[in-house]
Amino acid sequence: MTVQACGDYAIIGKPAPKKDAWIKVTGEAKYADDLFLAGMLHGKLLRSPHPHAKISHIDTSRAEKLAGVRAVITGKDFPGIKYGNMPQTRDYLPLALDKVRYIGDEVAAVAAIDEEVAEEALDLIRVEYEPLPAVFDAEEAMKPGAPQLHDHAANNMSAETAFQFGDVAKGFAESDYLQEDLFETQPVKQGMLEPHACIGQWDETGKITLWASKQSPYVVWKQLSMGLGIETSRIRVIQTYVGGGFSGGKQEAMPMDFCAVVLSKKCGRPVKFVHNMDEVLTIGHMRHPMKIWLRTGVKKDGTLLAQHLKIVADGGAYSSIGQLSMYLPGAMLNLPYRVPNVKYEAYRIFTNNGFCGALRGHTIPQVCFARDSQLDLIAEKLGLDPIDIRLKNGLRPGETTPNGFRIGTFGFAECVEKAMEASGWKEKRGKLPRYRGIGMGCGSLVSGARVMGHSASTAQVNVHEDGTVALVTGSTDVGQGADTVLSMIAAEVLGVGLEDIRFSLVDTDITPADPGTFSSRVTFWTGNAVKIAAEDARRQLAEIAAEKLKAQIDDDIVFRDRQVYVKSDPQRRLRFDELVRLAQHRQGKVIMGKGAYTSGEALIDFRTGYGNMSPAYTPSACVVEVEVDPQTGQVTVAGVWGAHDCGFPLNPMLVKGQVLGATVMGIGQALYENLLRVDGKVMNPSFRDYKMPLTEDMPRLANVGHVNVITNDPSGPFGAKEAGEGAAAGVIAAVANAVYNATGVRFRSLPFSPDKILFALKESDRKAPAR
Amino acid sequence: MKHLSPVSLKVNGDAYELSIPAWRTLLEVLREDLSLTGTKRSCQEGQCGACTVLLDGRAIYSCLFLAVEAQGKEILTIEGLARSAGALDPIQKAFVETGAVQCGFCTPGLVLAAKSFLDENPFPSEEEVRRATVGHLCRCTGYFQIIEAVLAAARERAGKGAQL
Repeated sequence: MTVQACGDYAIIGKPAPKKDAWIKVTGEAKYADDLFLAGMLHGKLLRSPHPHAKISHIDTSRAEKLAGVRAVITGKDFPGIKYGNMPQTRDYLPLALDKVRYIGDEVAAVAAIDEEVAEEALDLIRVEYEPLPAVFDAEEAMKPGAPQLHDHAANNMSAETAFQFGDVAKGFAESDYLQEDLFETQPVKQGMLEPHACIGQWDETGKITLWASKQSPYVVWKQLSMGLGIETSRIRVIQTYVGGGFSGGKQEAMPMDFCAVVLSKKCGRPVKFVHNMDEVLTIGHMRHPMKIWLRTGVKKDGTLLAQHLKIVADGGAYSSIGQLSMYLPGAMLNLPYRVPNVKYEAYRIFTNNGFCGALRGHTIPQVCFARDSQLDLIAEKLGLDPIDIRLKNGLRPGETTPNGFRIGTFGFAECVEKAMEASGWKEKRGKLPRYRGIGMGCGSLVSGARVMGHSASTAQVNVHEDGTVALVTGSTDVGQGADTVLSMIAAEVLGVGLEDIRFSLVDTDITPADPGTFSSRVTFWTGNAVKIAAEDARRQLAEIAAEKLKAQIDDDIVFRDRQVYVKSDPQRRLRFDELVRLAQHRQGKVIMGKGAYTSGEALIDFRTGYGNMSPAYTPSACVVEVEVDPQTGQVTVAGVWGAHDCGFPLNPMLVKGQVLGATVMGIGQALYENLLRVDGKVMNPSFRDYKMPLTEDMPRLANVGHVNVITNDPSGPFGAKEAGEGAAAGVIAAVANAVYNATGVRFRSLPFSPDKILFALKESDRKAPAR
Repeated sequence: MKHLSPVSLKVNGDAYELSIPAWRTLLEVLREDLSLTGTKRSCQEGQCGACTVLLDGRAIYSCLFLAVEAQGKEILTIEGLARSAGALDPIQKAFVETGAVQCGFCTPGLVLAAKSFLDENPFPSEEEVRRATVGHLCRCTGYFQIIEAVLAAARERAGKGAQL
């Protein structure tokens, strides 16, 4: 049975505003902090002031007596079950029991009639600590005799990965030139504007409901079940609108979530928690700071023969998803360049700092910064053009990488060429005045990955008698546009308008299970599920239409512009809503389409690393032009041009927003952002002192360009691949290479802040007096 | 007991008589007492711009402003912007149409800041738009589509003005 294969798309590929933009510009969209339940109490968390200490006693009696306080809880109010994403990373407790491991670790929680009383009560909780020796540097923490954070982790080893594909010794022996560098990256915060917020309710029947700002509500649901020791069937997580995710904690259950529900049980009322911004910027989930040692062997013509990468990452006090964090840099060293021999060793080390996890690109941008900085160093040594060395080594479609990635569509060369053209590379490189420079950086990303546990996405397409459609998925829109892109897919298949589709927020009692929003998986994975579900609904409708229109179903029933007709005789037609009513009212058939998608790949052992992680990979290239002020050391981004292979841009307006947003995050990490810590204490936990890019830091619109490279991936929905994270991967190296081009000074440590630039410029002037 | 002060506020054209502690910020009173949650609570220290409202047409951070200080002034929140016209303001429309809205948490503050700015400067350059929005953080968009939206709104408003 074939059903309709239309030429041009009606909806797909056309720019369309985000479906929820209308209720966001009017302030109607309700985020978690905007919900007020009747009788609601307010919660606050007491945090450890010590980086490492034993808790010998907690006295909550004075806090409990304060007028307006309804309950105070400590770790003893929970069953003492550690929770986390993977069996080897389950080391969180909702509240500390006997030990705190970083400044900010949650120790107790209060519910009171308002936030002021709750905060006052925190001051009345007396915690007796026995301070322990602490360690803040990953390499120090690895040494014998260093303070130990967790009993289960000897030498503070949180996650360890080692693999070799090919033979690097042989590759290095055959090389004409070896380059070896040490790079260093800094801790970076996600910086979403909406603080974490939730409301928990534990009702008389024992049913637990959590309304919360979450990007992966089902992960929260499972972790709540785990940490509370209660079956999932008693827990319901309802997602609100999300004010930015970036894996800043909204992908997991947080102490506030556990405390909200347990305090609600004690008080018999719903309890709301909202973090202050200093809490958001102090507590865990940030980008891993890393020391990255990279050795590369090349032939004289620039052909890469072998790479050996060693990483020591400061994981902070807890695991988060550390094993995956350590797998990714080594795995992604295989992309976008062809390296026949790859060796990788990575160590994620526990320290008494805030803990680290994912942030747009996870641990991939760090390694792309190192690798693409080093490529420029190699090109210069060998007298090669930095573009040529990239093109020479770029992977092509159809290749399989040494670690088992099967490369399908992969428009790497086109990305490099388009970024070059858009930036005017040829006119600028080598021709710009002193202190002005241009550089390129490249990267790659996955279109979702098979991870352990539930990896599939599922969709339901419920067609209503007025011709509209309720699209039900387990996927979360965090602003990236999932609501719109998934709706566009359903609208295209069913031939209805984008405005005819209603997109559901996640409610774990109602929507299908889904791992959530991470790894740039939603468009590809849930998109495929939505397409299958919509096709299922269309097939059901097409059978009824064929009967009514006296057509063979093989005649190709077409669904377009809210009409259903016979392709060979378009006069024989029905309105879409008429057809639905015919099905429902006359035949008693309620049209519900169902679809599920999973990549079908085997699960990768993150410690040994072989296998095809993702159904599709995206390359990207970025060119940055900078101006360096030799008086102040300030680097200004004068222009940025990128090209990205997203397969096919389902909604070019939203793709542009994703790519540019990711690019600016990369610029922030390259030039401004750095979570400063002294003995574990965050020194800049405010948006005044933690410097994120502002409008005036950005280049003018005329000097910003983005090109979509179209490769139409056959396994993606309507040819689409990832668009949300990949573009960020190459930006940092592009800035590094541009700063080198402008100043002749190579920076291997992030960020390239004015102090570092000034110091280095003075150093280089001293060594080589002014020309 | 907290000492309560009588406060009269005029918000989006409506008059409110309230009895509140004098130390409460305009942000808190708008959100908690008047249920105007379109004004967002983010950094609460005047760094991010998400809580921006207009006071007699001037953009202010409502997290740094005591409610009692707003007495006798016309307060405009995001809820009031579209209501009077019964349709979206050209600035809101431009934000929708240029893709300036992603997570939307910075959006109400930026829309109001843009209104205050365009009322003062109806024909701005790109440079002036960048300067006028520098007090607002957005982590999603990278700002480009926001700047495009404000410029598009200025063109739309100028076009309407020319027809009058």
